[in-house]
Amino acid sequence: MPELKKISKNTYELPKTGNMNVPGIVYASEKLLNAIKKDKTLEQVKNVAMLPGILKASIALSDAHQGYGFPIGGVAAFDMDKGIISPGGVGYDINCSVRILKTNLKKQDILKKQKEIVEALYRKIPSGVGRGSTFQISYKELDELLKSGAQYIVKKGFGFKEDYLHTEEEGCMKNANPDKVSERAKKRGIGQVGTLGAGNHFLEVQFVDDIFDKEIAKAFGLEKEQVVIMIHCGSRGLGHQVASDYIKLMEQEYGFKDLPDRELINAPIESKLGKDYYEAMCCAVNFAFANKQVITHWVREEMQKLFPKIKIDVLYDICHNIAKFEEHVVNGKKQIVCVHRKGATRSFGAGRKEIPDVYRQVGQPVLIPGSMGTASYILVGTEKAEELTFSSTVHGAGRVKSRADSIRSFRGEEIKKSLSKIGIEVKAGSWKSLAEEAPEAYKDIDEVVEVVDELGISKKVARLKPLVVVKG
Amino acid sequence: MRQKTPKIKNFKFLSHTADVKFQAFGKSLEEAFDNSTLALTNIICDDQIKGLKRIDIKVNGNDLESLLYNFLEEVIYVLETKGFLLDKVKKIKINKEKFRLEAELAGDKVKNYELSGHVKAITYNDMFVKHDKKKKQWICQVVVDV
Repeated sequence: MPELKKISKNTYELPKTGNMNVPGIVYASEKLLNAIKKDKTLEQVKNVAMLPGILKASIALSDAHQGYGFPIGGVAAFDMDKGIISPGGVGYDINCSVRILKTNLKKQDILKKQKEIVEALYRKIPSGVGRGSTFQISYKELDELLKSGAQYIVKKGFGFKEDYLHTEEEGCMKNANPDKVSERAKKRGIGQVGTLGAGNHFLEVQFVDDIFDKEIAKAFGLEKEQVVIMIHCGSRGLGHQVASDYIKLMEQEYGFKDLPDRELINAPIESKLGKDYYEAMCCAVNFAFANKQVITHWVREEMQKLFPKIKIDVLYDICHNIAKFEEHVVNGKKQIVCVHRKGATRSFGAGRKEIPDVYRQVGQPVLIPGSMGTASYILVGTEKAEELTFSSTVHGAGRVKSRADSIRSFRGEEIKKSLSKIGIEVKAGSWKSLAEEAPEAYKDIDEVVEVVDELGISKKVARLKPLVVVKG
Repeated sequence: MRQKTPKIKNFKFLSHTADVKFQAFGKSLEEAFDNSTLALTNIICDDQIKGLKRIDIKVNGNDLESLLYNFLEEVIYVLETKGFLLDKVKKIKINKEKFRLEAELAGDKVKNYELSGHVKAITYNDMFVKHDKKKKQWICQVVVDV
């Protein structure tokens, strides 16, 4: 186990030793650090620190846990000339991400209709395994979708311009090139536009349970008791296949014998393969944006049937698993770097041009989903994050218990019952998937968020509590 | 619906924080590969799957690990693109020198079943394919992203 040095409260350093190019930094409380130490997270932080061109530090955040190659809850930025881009640093579920919709309803308005809501949303939005989409498109249209993401879906009449304007990258990564996405990946994706998928993905109707910063909440258009809807899903089979394809191509090109872990395979950012992966990854990112745009449209349709006067607007939409070229200050100098966020959220402070006009004065909304049935949070990005974490913060609670252990320890039926007792209606693809996602299988979201708030890499704005959960 | 533990002892699940890790065993490499698909199917579906339909697949690799990776990925691929849910491997032939595999799969249409789990991708994390000379068996270890 690598030795950690405490730097200050919530900050630990993994000193630079051996082949490490930079130190590792872990931002966590003592309690969360103890959970992090139980698996291979720290070893993976160390491995990432050995990659060429890595800048400042290999970073793990308070929700970190073991991934494959790179840890989940990890941030690593690379020099554009000397650095690398790695599919393992992004993850298989490219742009696994979160969108929050604001409504003009109050908690009181929906309490008596929770069961109807859960049934309607579950029926309309395919979730779980094997339920394909009713959103049918041709391969030619799929290429358009991969090029322009959520903007393509809006152009087809499913949503409004404001929907994608309130999305990271305005719902479209400009470097997307569908020619770099394999036929296999397209075949996997074509029937999955507008599907939630399975695993930790979900759709929740929530209410604003508490507000920590009134002024910023107002700027985000949030008030106490307000009903909001959270969509958590990704790029489905298309993204998974893009990751898989490029891992294989990079292995063929560069070999993996010198790597401490085969999943750390990478290519120089400036190489042909590095560029190809980036352009394919952008397509997968756009697929995920489009996916959530279709789901948003269906949520609007279903909710309007139940609440004819409802108004639904996109608050914001953020990416979790992504590599991006962004401007950051390194050694006192501004430079473009390639930031890998794997299970991490961008957290830009006020003023950054990438933030939509409406939020630029206060900072970017940061959306943190809790585990199923527990609280979720809305935070705001900060300048401090730029200094410490290449403008990144946590992405969720982070697992502590394996899925297999969860299935052994919990029963889906009982989870549904106990959630129902505290006023949360749940519907899932299977009892097993409910048991896998038992709230107890995750770290304490309140503590995870407290750490990043104390560190100042994002500040608490509002806490959300679920009323209705549709589980993938 | 009952949540079951694996019925067959020719593979076992190991603890992993976020994903699913398993080991599959066999007297031959073919048997170990075959049992790896049983572990994979065990994650995806709890029901007994009927082997009504047959499909043939061919996979290549650069080493035994990538051959296993590509083989298991093909099982996910035919599930997502053809709606083919694997029951069992009927025939399997592996060329260990050239890292080529041919197999006949038996399974059924996925829409006839309620699935219990989703596999996003096969990963190389902690993956190995090796021959244990003492126990005279092949072992495949795989972590899948779920």
